[in-house]
Formats: sequence, structure tokens, C-alpha cells
Amino acid sequence: MAGQLDGAIALVTGAGGGIGGATVIALREAGATVIATDLEAPAGGDLNRAQDVTSEAGWADVARAIEERYGRLDCLVNNAGIATVASIEEETLASWRRVQAVNVESMLLSLQALLPLLKAGGEIRPSGASVVNISSVGGIGGAPLMASYCASKGAVRLFSKSAACEFAALKYNIRVNSVHPGGIQTGMMDEIVGRYVELGVAPDERTARAGVDAQHPLGRWGRPEEIAGGIVYLCSPAASFMTGSELVIDGGFTAH
Amino acid sequence: MNRLQGRVALVTGGLQGIGRAIVERFLAEGASVMLADLPSPDEAADALAALGDKAGYVRLDVGDEAGWPAAIAAIRERFGRLDILVANAGIDGTGRVQDMTLAAWHRTMRVNVDGVFLATRHCADLLSEGGRDWRGGASIVNISSIMGLVGIAQVSAYNASKGAVRLFTKSIALEFAAAKAPVRVNSVHPGFVETPLLIGSSDQAALDFYTAATPLGRMAQPPEIAAVVAFLASDDASYVTGAELVVDGGYTAQ
Repeated sequence: MAGQLDGAIALVTGAGGGIGGATVIALREAGATVIATDLEAPAGGDLNRAQDVTSEAGWADVARAIEERYGRLDCLVNNAGIATVASIEEETLASWRRVQAVNVESMLLSLQALLPLLKAGGEIRPSGASVVNISSVGGIGGAPLMASYCASKGAVRLFSKSAACEFAALKYNIRVNSVHPGGIQTGMMDEIVGRYVELGVAPDERTARAGVDAQHPLGRWGRPEEIAGGIVYLCSPAASFMTGSELVIDGGFTAH
Repeated sequence: MNRLQGRVALVTGGLQGIGRAIVERFLAEGASVMLADLPSPDEAADALAALGDKAGYVRLDVGDEAGWPAAIAAIRERFGRLDILVANAGIDGTGRVQDMTLAAWHRTMRVNVDGVFLATRHCADLLSEGGRDWRGGASIVNISSIMGLVGIAQVSAYNASKGAVRLFTKSIALEFAAAKAPVRVNSVHPGFVETPLLIGSSDQAALDFYTAATPLGRMAQPPEIAAVVAFLASDDASYVTGAELVVDGGYTAQ
């Protein structure tokens, strides 16, 4: 929706992926200036950078670049994330820790690096600076072979509430909410489907995809733009009284 | 900002508070709106005149089944379609449970629960038709509350009624989806909102509690709830169904 975010400065991590890329487009359409990062520098943002979200030094670099060019940050979309598919018996501690590092620790590091810039954004924006952390339906309900992922996404859900309460108590004018996508047409889902077949959960890809379809009352997967629409909404002044909440965009997945 | 251009909405309890803010937001986004409320058309005339000619009015007691067919007929006649239903009409239900009469309990359930059920039941056909014209389908938004998520002492009837709205919403979301009807259904859970309903029933101690208990340290203004409802009504929410949108300044995040 044009104009909602005119003049806003927004950072999107994992911008090379399906949801991240769609979010960059949607934020720019709404008028925001977007810094887009991923392990390999993506295209599509007003400023594009390579960034490893598990690296403190990497976060310091990104913060410096934003400080130099813009002096503040109005929207932070912590979207970078990975999934592994493995049974609890077969998962390795190294793999578990990698999932937590990318999906959860990155969020702590992001706030530690960007808080001064977000506070500056909140000072000029009555509806508050907005932090949007991408969780998942896996952060609400469990699924077989997804323990590392679900644990990480549940952590995102409660970390977001904690940060929301803390920033409110400290009167920073920064809102924090989590978004919970269902099955979305992205590269990550392609990989998960592939692993289901590899592990014998489904005999072939078509069956695996049909299985995921069936879990969504709307009978289809979501499109990345449908998640982006919710993210833009949470960044916009329309969400001025929303903090510590969960925006579930899942075609009814968690409703049954 | 014309996200809702060409759509027709019914907003119950549309004359004041959250409902009024929703009506105004929908009109600003290009929709036509039928307001339903308790006052007679004469009593509502001034309010309606202020809203302009894309707003209509029908007198309706949402808990009284007998009035619904006429309300639907009025929508068909005036606008010819329905794309959005906001079941917003609601009353409170306070008092210690030992002191509450069954009649008082039923009074709350009648408006807050029966009214929500009757709204969907009577609007379903029109919404299923209307939904075909929009990428995100037709949209039902049922106004629940933080009181549909957590409890507070001495509001048991209200708590029960708003919890009912929360799960009724999920149930019908699944029904429409299973029937492949293009209708999404979601609940909105406002925190403490500065409205006549709340201000009228709260002493200063209560008002102080609302702000102290809310992380953002203030009550919401009705337009902040209306904005959430507008998002759910629009195609931006095309993959959102059976969900709860909590707009509470962090109250339930603690």
C-alpha cells in the first residue's frame, strides 16, 4: 500500500530468500528505503550488503553503514533463518547449535547492534520504530523431524515478547512483534520437502507437497508476498498499538 | 489509500467507539458501509449525515434473530452485495460470579456470542458471493478482546463470551475453507481502548490499572483498532484465516 512507510529506513536480513525478497519489494513499494542483506549480497535493496547474522562483527559493520548513511533505523525485519530436518536421535549438537545461532542468536545480536539507531527512529516516529521477527507456525506447534527448527522458532516467539515488554518499560518507543508464516512457496520449503523424501517420510516430492497442502485449510501454500503484506503492516503506523503480539499468516494451519 | 474500493461492509455496533472508528476507516479506504446499531434511524440521523452518502444505517439488535432478515434485505437493496462483516457489537458482563443472575449472564451472551453467530449465519451467502471478486476473498472480522485470551476477576460473563468468539471464529474459518468458500475469518483482540463502553464502566482506579498494566503505558485510541480490522479486510491479509490479531500494547505479552 503506497505511502504508509514514506521516508522510513528499513533493514531486511535474509533478503536473498523468498520471503525476504518479497519483503524488500513490498517495503519499497510502501515508500521505505531498504537495506537488504544476506550471506551473499542480494539485489533489490537501496543498499545491498553481504552479512552473516551469526557474527557480532558483521552486525557492527551493518550498524555502522546504516549510521553513516541514514543516522537511524525505523524498521528491522529479522528474517534470516535456516531449517534442518532430522530426527532427534540423528540430529547432531553442531547442527542444533547452528540452527539456534542463525535463527535466535542473530536476533539478540541485531538488537544489541541496532538499539541506538532504533531508538533514534522511535524518537521521530509517533507509532514507534518496529522490529519484526520472523518465527513460524513451527514456533506455535510441533512437527516430527523439526525439533531444532521448532525450538528456535519458539524462542523467537518469546524473545520477541520479552523485548517488547522491556523496550516498553524503558520507554524506547520501539515495538516488537513476531510473524508466523505457514507453508510458503520458498527455497526453504523446497529443501524441507526434499528432505522428507530423502528420509522416507514421503515416497516422492508430489506426495510430500500434497501432505503439506492438506495441512492448510485454505488448501494451498502461501505466497511470499502474503507474508510481506503482514510485515509491512506491522512496520506501518496502523500497528501503533501492537507490541509483543504474534501475526499468524498460515492459511488456517494453526486454527485446527 | 483505496484498498477497499468497491467493497461493501457491515459493521455492527457501528455508531460509537471501536465500531465507529472502523466505519470511518473503511469509508476512508473507499468502501461503502452499512452500520447496524440499536438506536432508531431518527436517533442515528445526525451521526449518519456526518459520514456521507456511502454510509447506510439499519436498526438491529444483533442478538435477536427476528431482525436479521430485514437487515440483510436492507443491505441487498441499498448496496447489492457484501464483502466484509465486522461483528463488533458487544456489551460488558461484570460482577462477582456468586452475585450474577442467569438473566444477566444471558444478556452478555446474547449480544456478544449469539450476535456474532447470527451475523455469520445470516451474512454467509452474500459474503460467499462477494468474496469471488477479490483476490483475498470476503472477510469476517469478529471483535473479541484480551479478555478472550486471559482472565480478570469479576468479569466472568465477559471473559466467557469473548473466549467463545475466539474459538467460534476458528471453527467457521475452517468451515468456509473446507467448503472452498472464498471467505476468511479472524478475530481481533483489543486491549484497553478509550471508548464510551469502557470509560463509562470504569472508575479512576480502574483507568489507572489499565494504563499501569499495559507495557505501552496508555490505552488505545479506537482508530488503532480500526487499522487492524482494515488490514484483515483487505487483500494484504489474503493468507490470514483462523488467526487472532492481538492489539493490546503488550498486555498479554507479559
